[in-house]
Amino acid sequence: MKLKLPNPGLEDRILNHDELERLEVEEAGDRPKWDNKAQYMLTCVGFCVGLGNVWRFPYLCQSHGGGAFMIPFLILLVFEGIPLLHLEFAIGQRLRKGSVGVWRTINPYMLGVGIASMCVSFLVSLYYNTIIAWVMWYFFNSFQEPLPWSQCPINANRTGLVSECERSSPVDYFWYRETLNTSAAIDDMGGLQWWMILCLISAWGVLYVCCIRGIETTGKAVYVTSTLPYVVLTIFLIRGLTLKGSFDGIKFLFTPDLNELANPTTWLDAGAQVFYSFSLAFGGLISFSSYNSVHNNCEQDAVIISIINAFTSIYAATVIYSIIGFRATERFDDCLSGNILTLLNTFDLPEGNITESNYQEVLHSLNSTNSDIISNLNLKTCDLNSFLSEGVEGTGLAFIVFTEAITKMPLSPLWSVLFFVMLFCLGLSSMFGNIEGVLVPLQDLKVFPKSWPKEVISGVTCLVCCLVGLIFVQGSGNYWLALFDSFAGSIPLLIIAFSEMIGVVYVYGIDRFNEDLIFMIGHKPNIFWQATWRVISPLIMLAIFIFYFSTIVTKEIFYIAWDPESENFPTLEKKPYPSWIYVIIFLLAGVPSLSVPGTAVFRAIREYCCKKHPSAPVQEIDSVSSNSKFCSFIHS
Amino acid sequence: MLAGVLLLIFLPPLVAKDLCKDSQDGFKVRLSIKTGLGDDAYEWNESEMFLFRSTLAYAMRKHSNQDTYTIDNILVCNDTQRVSFVFVVTSTDDPDQLIPKEQVELAVRQNKHRINNAFLLSDMTLEFMGIPPTLSAPIIYDTEPWLIVFGVVIGAVAVGIVALLMSTVSKKRRAKEKAAGLSEEDEGIVKENGTALSSLGRKEGVYNQAFSNDDRFTKL
Repeated sequence: MKLKLPNPGLEDRILNHDELERLEVEEAGDRPKWDNKAQYMLTCVGFCVGLGNVWRFPYLCQSHGGGAFMIPFLILLVFEGIPLLHLEFAIGQRLRKGSVGVWRTINPYMLGVGIASMCVSFLVSLYYNTIIAWVMWYFFNSFQEPLPWSQCPINANRTGLVSECERSSPVDYFWYRETLNTSAAIDDMGGLQWWMILCLISAWGVLYVCCIRGIETTGKAVYVTSTLPYVVLTIFLIRGLTLKGSFDGIKFLFTPDLNELANPTTWLDAGAQVFYSFSLAFGGLISFSSYNSVHNNCEQDAVIISIINAFTSIYAATVIYSIIGFRATERFDDCLSGNILTLLNTFDLPEGNITESNYQEVLHSLNSTNSDIISNLNLKTCDLNSFLSEGVEGTGLAFIVFTEAITKMPLSPLWSVLFFVMLFCLGLSSMFGNIEGVLVPLQDLKVFPKSWPKEVISGVTCLVCCLVGLIFVQGSGNYWLALFDSFAGSIPLLIIAFSEMIGVVYVYGIDRFNEDLIFMIGHKPNIFWQATWRVISPLIMLAIFIFYFSTIVTKEIFYIAWDPESENFPTLEKKPYPSWIYVIIFLLAGVPSLSVPGTAVFRAIREYCCKKHPSAPVQEIDSVSSNSKFCSFIHS
Repeated sequence: MLAGVLLLIFLPPLVAKDLCKDSQDGFKVRLSIKTGLGDDAYEWNESEMFLFRSTLAYAMRKHSNQDTYTIDNILVCNDTQRVSFVFVVTSTDDPDQLIPKEQVELAVRQNKHRINNAFLLSDMTLEFMGIPPTLSAPIIYDTEPWLIVFGVVIGAVAVGIVALLMSTVSKKRRAKEKAAGLSEEDEGIVKENGTALSSLGRKEGVYNQAFSNDDRFTKL
């Protein structure tokens, strides 16, 4: 017994199979098309593979039991990621519209899902492009030797190094002071940083050039932006494996700890990572697949793209951790040499007496004879594992840990340029999908007049986003970005994805959907797809949503700030949010989420008001509409 | 008499040693030859010490502009296996007088570069305890390198945008000209009652306003 919610008028809103066939054969219609299959695949791969594969997955992998993390990751990939991906591809290909159009077609009350997707895509585009602006800043600064983050600058009267830099490290100082010029708290706006404005303008400029005519131009750009990251990752892998300590890093990453599987946070994080990594619920994938030919094999595409995404995550994790292993070993060696030098100097022993191999025994023997002197020396504890666990995630990984590792390699400017070009390409190809998820709904909602050409619409959108994005180039911009990342890009997406599954399976109807797939790809989707679409994937989405929501609502939320005046400097300080931030959080997470039921309610009220006043205009019979059925009925 | 002679012979070195050991005007020096040079490290011996004392004498000469300093003015003591020792500088006029600490420090700082080079070492590996190394001047660029790269990127973006917009405008203009050209052809060929064969090839024909369109839908 299949549950199907009532959905009157669906037949009138969609093109039936014959019409689709005719459209395909005659190549009528003004919808843009992909030049070839490769463009489509590269665009989807580029959208899915983004910065998260490089800086979130390796951290999750290492902190949740290494090799053992693969198990929940792959299981949830199969049961959550692939079904949702196939669903989005199929519905886009069948209904041949962007996200707003698709949901309005399925049921006008579900328009809210499309609007929510558009809002989320817009909010994510704002801060994602700021990250690309940061990447560009580092890229611009990589064309000098020595790299500006390799040494501390000298203070004004040339007596020593700048104090903030001396207390932390050159990479920290370059990131927090010379790049962000970060203020100490989110309330302190800090003013606009002119160099960051220039980088923001260049980021939006590059994006505009690539998106100016929609997929006509992005289709050409993805040949570079989707393939270059793999080339660079391979170069870094070869370079990394020849460095000392890289194998320690890789071993540390993949050493399995099966006890982590019992921890529910591991499964939750794996599910969330699969979900966000696939860029689902943004609406961009639905748009991209709507430009396909109607008989394109979307089932195969979904499986291939999922496999590529998973492979890229694991590959990037290997590369990142080989470099982190090198950095950790360098730090360990420095720490040990520092201790050895201190011992030699204090006891005036000849050089070479204490080496790395006999350090422990010598220390022990000295401790037994002169323990008071030893305790006064404050020798640092050097532990390789603690250096390896310092591998952070997010911007800290790319702009602090990795840049430090690069400064220790010979020919650092070259590696720096390559690394930031790779991050730039990864981010830009994801931005193509985000912008698609904003532009197409705007066109469908008829926000812009029809006479405006595509170039002007994309120009205006990019300009507006750039201006709003100026929030993130202030002194407190980094904290705002973290806020947007945690709230705009998390809860609403889960709600949208859940609504998508319910909408397609129960409102559009799984029977009709199966028939569509038989028409499009030639065979009925097998029991795996049926089970996951109807039951398994929605349940997983619901579980992740409940966990996420409960953790956010119950825990006290705080942010970590760089405060040179705090006691624990250079450790980042945890600060609570001011009370007015909760309004912002509600706007970020609440508005997209509530537009899903809100639009339905709004529409229902409007319908009710129209029914109450029958003087409303009768539906005009449009003689030249696409509803050819109407005319043929009356004429016969 | 013999005792007096013996005393006279042995007194100066004893006094010298005391000057060095007990003095406040001395500096401790530490060399890390193996760290600095690795496999090319040389052995520290009396000749190297001789070189050190002569370079210091040279430094004092340059600083004070007096050519009277010799190697005997530099006294060394507390020699250890680490290769560290203490030295003091005696005045040229009076061997019992020591040059004050500040003067020696200035002399060393002015000539640190030469002293380092004499021993093939650096500020890290040849340390004078209490004399901080002078930091090298920061590199000052005329134009920051990042601005140059930024200029290149923004220039490429601007060229790209202009080129794409131009191509759109020219495409539209060409399409408009084509449409205008076609409609001129139509006017020429199709006449109201004309029998030009080309008019038969067109699907829609000519819309004749004489016949009204109202009864497209038959009224019942």
